[in-house]
Order: sequence, then structure tokens, then C-alpha cells
Amino acid sequence: MRVNLTVNGQARSDEVEPRLLLVHYLRDVAGLTGTHVGCESTLCGACTVLLDGKAVKSCTVLAAQADGASVTTVEGLAKDGKFHPIQDGFWEEHGLQCGYCTPGMMMAAVDLLSRTTNPSEDEIRHALEGNLCRCTGYQHIIKAVQYAAEKMRAAAGR
Amino acid sequence: MYPGQFEYHRAASIKDALDLLKRYGDDAKLLSGGHSLIPMMKLRLAQPAHLIDVTKIAELRALSESGGKIVIGAAAPHDAVATSSLVRDKLGLLAEAAAAIGDVQVRNRGTIGGSLTHADPAADYPAAVLALEGEIKLERDGGSRTVKAADFFLDLMTTAVQPGELLSQIAFAPIPAGAGYSYQKYPHPASGFAMVGVAALVSLDRSGKIASARVGVTGLGAKAFRAGAVEAALAGKAADAATITAAAAKTADGIDALGDIHASSEYRAELARVYARRAIQAAVARAKA
Ligand SMILES: Cc1cc2nc3c(=O)[nH]c(=O)nc-3n(C[C@H](O)[C@H](O)[C@H](O)COP(=O)(O)OP(=O)(O)OC[C@H]3O[C@@H](n4cnc5c(N)ncnc54)[C@H](O)[C@@H]3O)c2cc1C
Ligand code: FES
Ligand code: FES
Repeated sequence: MRVNLTVNGQARSDEVEPRLLLVHYLRDVAGLTGTHVGCESTLCGACTVLLDGKAVKSCTVLAAQADGASVTTVEGLAKDGKFHPIQDGFWEEHGLQCGYCTPGMMMAAVDLLSRTTNPSEDEIRHALEGNLCRCTGYQHIIKAVQYAAEKMRAAAGR
Repeated sequence: MYPGQFEYHRAASIKDALDLLKRYGDDAKLLSGGHSLIPMMKLRLAQPAHLIDVTKIAELRALSESGGKIVIGAAAPHDAVATSSLVRDKLGLLAEAAAAIGDVQVRNRGTIGGSLTHADPAADYPAAVLALEGEIKLERDGGSRTVKAADFFLDLMTTAVQPGELLSQIAFAPIPAGAGYSYQKYPHPASGFAMVGVAALVSLDRSGKIASARVGVTGLGAKAFRAGAVEAALAGKAADAATITAAAAKTADGIDALGDIHASSEYRAELARVYARRAIQAAVARAKA
């Protein structure tokens, strides 16, 4: 079947098998390997991308279901050669070690920051419940999100 | 891990979905958020030859107020229900249960109609839908019928939905002014599913006694249920700790409590009593005489 999606702002049209999962569409068809595959069972969050602005686990969405939608992957975060505040946050606050969980963590954080740029620590932890990190530990990740939130508030003049 | 092969259909309307269901019969399954069905298909526990996606049917996604009822479309994602100001204002217990489901990614995709139809014994919504006495509308070729929440859940992953039927919406009377409510769950640490979950809705009379209480329980038995004995032990009584504790002690009475690697049936029954007490207490604390 044919699916038409906008991926990181670019319109695409591809012939896919109906059973193709969005994560494999992104990695194997669109060639965007920043989105990782971890558990393949909706638990780890490594495959998190934004679907029409909302964080979803792309291992549990069919490319067919995303037909007509707009997808943002980690590759779509930086704009005009400048990092997104969440990317700066992970850099500045050492939010990663191996980096496996990082793209998914960032996309889940971007969903949170689209709801509020003033999240409490509790809200951040709650928003990242669906994402597992097996090496950094969560404290630096929380700080990375706080850094991004502060930067976004400053940019908005608040 | 990926599902077996199937053909994908996108229904444009309820009628379209029903026509497709009729055409493909047992070979077809409706697809909503896919957050129960796709995992099952990956494990080959389900291998439908046809998937009929209902999430692009606009009326199935709507949250509205009409004829004094709050109407929730079957394909409304958990997150939409949890964050809707209409639902939070008039049906706060449902919003609380929705917000307690899984994690944000699951809430962004999973839908109320899929959750109710899947009827996982550890699902959160059923407890709240029972306590709020939701009316579940089922459409079939040539008509529709409405099933009360109390008659909807039949057994483990078994509901009143018949082959060829589609759940289109759930209608609720708004929570009366002054009533208190709370949904309390003990989440499974990995999946977030309810080991047990209790939804309580309590109204007080003018003297501060409990006028009525409705208590829905999930996670404990093969299906979610209304805890009638608990409700009866609360009605007409003083809203104090002794009454609540004594009533909550009846939560598991007569229920064949599930036991598995996560929790023995004795432990689940105890969790249910504790979470019932907490939910009722929290509901009473929010209620106004
Ligand atoms: C990691 C993870 C954690 C989760 N944690 C929780 C949790 O804590 N609490 C909880 O309650 N749930 C949890 N869930 C389940 C989640 O809420 C699912 O979204 C829900 O059970 C099914 O809804 P769905 O829209 O995804 O349905 P689908 O998976 O699309 O469908 C489920 C079933 O319902 C049928 N169906 C769908 N729509 C209709 C309709 N309109 N009419 C008739 N039949 C229909 C389908 O054919 C299928 O049999 C979790 C899921 C995952 C993957
Ligand atoms: S790979 Fe999708 S949640 Fe783990
Ligand atoms: S940085 Fe290694 S898993 Fe999170």
C-alpha cells in the first residue's frame, strides 16, 4: 500500500507492506537511524518519535496508521544548524552515556515541553515513565530536561 | 518482532466500518490505538487477515456534551480524555483513570473503546466506567443497542460486544455537584497496568453522612466489577474512618482473586482492600455535604 507522510518537514510517499512498523519505516525506508529499536514491545521507549506532535512508541504504530500524519524524529530537532534546547540540555548536563535511550528520551521530553515549559521534577519523572535508561541513571536526564525548560522559558521571555 | 501479513483498511464512517466487518467476518478485526492488538499480533496471539482502522472516523474521536450527558467517542485517546477540560470538569473520575494508564506514549495512542473491548483484567478504565455507570453504545449492521457498564464486562477479556459489532461511544451522566471521587491504583512497576485499581464516587447528605457510594474495582478478578457489598456498607453511614475501613474490608468478598507471578491471590485481595479504603477516603475528603 502507499503511505504519504511528512517526516521532519519533508513530504514522502512510499510503497510499504501494511504490517511495516513505523520504526522500521523510519529506519529502513526513510534511512533515519536516529530512532532506536530496543525492546520491540512498547516498554523501553527507545523508539519514541512525535506523531502529529505527540510522543508515541513507533515500534507499536504501523506506518499505515501514520499515513497522512507528520512525524518528527531526533534528526528533526535541530533547526538551521542549531540544536534544540533539549539537545543542549543533554549535552550540558551529561544526560547520556551510551546514548541508546537518548533519542527516545528527548522526544518524550519534547512532548512534555510542548505541554509546559515549567514542569516540576515530579512532572518530568512522570513524563519519562515510558522511557528506560540502562546506564546513565535518571538524575542527569531530569537535569537535562530542566535545562531545556529553562532555556525555552528564557527564549520566550518568561 | 512484527505482525503477520494482513490487509489494512481505513474506515471513513461507522457504516463503512460495519460494511467491512460484514464483508470480512471472522477474518477481520477493528483497529483503534493498536496498543493491545499490535502487541498481540507481534506475538502471533492474533493473526487477523484484515484490519479495519476506525481512528479516522471523526465522530468516534469526539468528546462532547449533549442531552445532559457527556459523550466520549470510542477512538478518543487516553491522553485526550485525561486532558480534556470538559471531562476534567464534569467527569473527573474518568479523567483521573485515563491519566493513570501506562505512560504518556501509551496514552497518546491507546483509546477508550479499545481498552473497554479488550477488557484486560488489569485495565484502568473499567473501574471508572463501572462507578460512573457509563452507557456503552454498540453499532451493528442495521441498528444499535446500549449496554450498561454493569452488563458489559462478562469474563476475562470477554465483553458484551458481539461479532460484527462496533463500540461507538460511551455516555455518562455528569458527576453531581458536591460528590467526591478518586481513582487509586497500585501500578505494575514495568507495564503500569493496575495490579489493582479502585474507583470511588461518594455523595454526602446534608448532615455529612454518606448518601450513596459507587465503587468499581479492576485488577482483582477475571473482570472488573462493582463492589456491591462495600457500597451497601457505606450507604447511610457516618463518613468516618471506622465505617470506611469496615466497608473496604469487603472488597474481595465472593471474588475469585487472580494469582500470578506478580502477586498471589491473597496479596491481590489485600491490595484491593487497602486501595478501596484509600479511594473511598480520598473521595469522601473531596465530597461536600
Ligand atoms: C506498554 C503498555 C502499557 C499499558 N499500560 C496500561 C495501563 O496501565 N492501564 C491500562 O488500562 N491499559 C494499559 N495498556 C493498554 C492500553 O490502554 C491499550 O491502549 C488498550 O488496552 C487498548 O486500546 P487500543 O485503542 O490500543 O485498542 P486496540 O489495540 O486497537 O484494540 C484492542 C481490541 O479492541 C477491539 N476494538 C478496538 N476498537 C474497537 C471498537 N471501536 N469497537 C469494537 N472493538 C474495538 C480490537 O479489535 C481489539 O480486539 C498498556 C499498553 C501497553 C502497550
Ligand atoms: S523499541 Fe519501542 S518501546 Fe522499546
Ligand atoms: S544512556 Fe545508555 S541507556 Fe540511557
